[in-house]
Amino acid sequence: MALEYEESKQKIIEALQKKSKSKSKFYFSDLAKILDAKPREAKKIVTQMVQEGILEFWSSGSTSMYGLKGTGKQAGAEHEDG
Amino acid sequence: MAKHETPLLDQLESGPWPSFVSDMKQEAESRAKNVNNVEFQIPKDVIEDLMGVLELSYKDGTTHWKHGGIVGVFGYGGGVIGRYCDQPESFPGVAHFHTLRVNQPSGHFYSTEYLRQLCDLWEFRGSGLTNMHGSTGDIIFLGTTTPQLEEIFYEMTHKLDQDLGGSGSNLRTPSDCIGQARCEYACYDTQDLCTHLTQEYQDELHRPAFPYKFKFKFDGCPNCCVASIARADMSFIGTWKDDIRIDQDAVKGYVNGEFKPNGGSHSGRDWGPFDIQKEVIDLCPTKCMRYENGKLEINNRECTRCMHCINVMPRALRPGKQTGCSILVGAKAPILDGAQMSSLLLPFVEVNKENDYQEVKDVIESIWDWWMEEGKNRERLGELMKRQGFQKLLEVTGVDPIPQHVSEPRHNPYIFWKEEEVPGGWERDINEFRKHHKR
Ligand code: HEM
Ligand code: SF4
Ligand code: SF4
Repeated sequence: MALEYEESKQKIIEALQKKSKSKSKFYFSDLAKILDAKPREAKKIVTQMVQEGILEFWSSGSTSMYGLKGTGKQAGAEHEDG
Repeated sequence: MAKHETPLLDQLESGPWPSFVSDMKQEAESRAKNVNNVEFQIPKDVIEDLMGVLELSYKDGTTHWKHGGIVGVFGYGGGVIGRYCDQPESFPGVAHFHTLRVNQPSGHFYSTEYLRQLCDLWEFRGSGLTNMHGSTGDIIFLGTTTPQLEEIFYEMTHKLDQDLGGSGSNLRTPSDCIGQARCEYACYDTQDLCTHLTQEYQDELHRPAFPYKFKFKFDGCPNCCVASIARADMSFIGTWKDDIRIDQDAVKGYVNGEFKPNGGSHSGRDWGPFDIQKEVIDLCPTKCMRYENGKLEINNRECTRCMHCINVMPRALRPGKQTGCSILVGAKAPILDGAQMSSLLLPFVEVNKENDYQEVKDVIESIWDWWMEEGKNRERLGELMKRQGFQKLLEVTGVDPIPQHVSEPRHNPYIFWKEEEVPGGWERDINEFRKHHKR
């Protein structure tokens, strides 16, 4: 069954906000787990959230992650969160 | 006088090799002179600062680049690699110094006009430093500021018909050998397949949803000029099913010294007259050739398609006519578990333009489905193959095991059968059993 966009979007936003104190960046698989969905289904939701400017990409060059727009702090990549 | 003293960098210029330091100095000077009156959009002395921070790194024995960042062009999760300097006060020109990956044309074919346009754009909006080509094959633009990224992307996509390449947890820019455009060994059209799959998998290339990077490389024959077997999660290597084509007269020509072996390479010194026994027959890895009474014979059933004999005597020997490709999977460079070459999955696949390469795509997609579900974060396909076993790979791709999948006798004495592999399964008819076995 296809995922419902609005509902999935809220799920991701809530889950990411809840963890925002300790973590600002998430692997794609973390997001797929929040949705409890197959990667291909989850990707459609996540891509749309990026298009809408709710999520943004972070990249080390070799690995990509996602975060709520504006929450990602560069210091996080250097293990200096908070 | 140079903006920063760089004695350690200068020393690198003293060797006999071309030096990237000399290249940087040349570009720094060219920007300083600016004979074409370019309105530089990033600091004019960016390269002086780049050399300054590199000199400092050599002195300190540590990098002064931060790790990654939130940069990119809208909607793309790859193609831009964010780099920020951690000494921006001393080196303001490289406070932001982002790299762009530009998807190289297949086979690296481009005109000088196109090259000039790229360079002009990059001189105007970036550092002017390029890397032709990066190890994934891309054209690399080294160093620009955040506000320039969208501008460059717009120019490239709207005026130069040019896309960004892949980075991060994406499909990386597919790359291929020059193939049928120039090379008579090519067993399939590498450029067509490379271009086709690049277009087909745009979503995978630009929007990261993989556990980690994933690379396709296409070699037209087992000579492997793009080293797909060592550098790609999926290597597509041209091969043939039928027999090596032999021109016996040309073989005699080589034996009589009429033709130079290896097309005349290795001519730096005199190796003596060509000895077909020593240089070809004895070096065949499967010992499947013989030369007797002026006739060359090949036992094609035993030939592994290594290309050695063909490379030595290209006038006399050619790959067969029934061509296609082998698909190998799982190569990677050492990050977690050491370097690994790719393993043969399919010895022969039709490379069929007519049906848009459906056979090839079916294999790719079954592998992605598996890896996307089961792969851990930052785990390459080759590592998943090791963790879950080659047998699992065969299962998910629906490939039947064949002797070519085996590299050594098994070292595990136990075989665990699955129920569907055993006639009758795990159930038994107890009454039938009791007929022959008393309680
Ligand atoms: C083709 C027939 C047989 C096969 C394939 C077979 C196979 C095995 C295997 C795989 C083991 C376990 C080895 C281990 O994990 O250490 C084993 C153990 C053993 N088998 Fe058999 N076996 C067969 C016939 C027999 C027969 C006919 C006897 C006795 C009349 C027998 C007596 C034993 C004993 C005593 C052990 C050791 C049990 C223990 O370690 O506690 N086996 N056998
Ligand atoms: S890999 Fe083979 S076909 Fe491709 S360029 Fe090299 S020799 Fe030619
Ligand atoms: S291609 Fe290699 S394996 Fe095959 S006959 Fe020639 S040397 Fe032997």
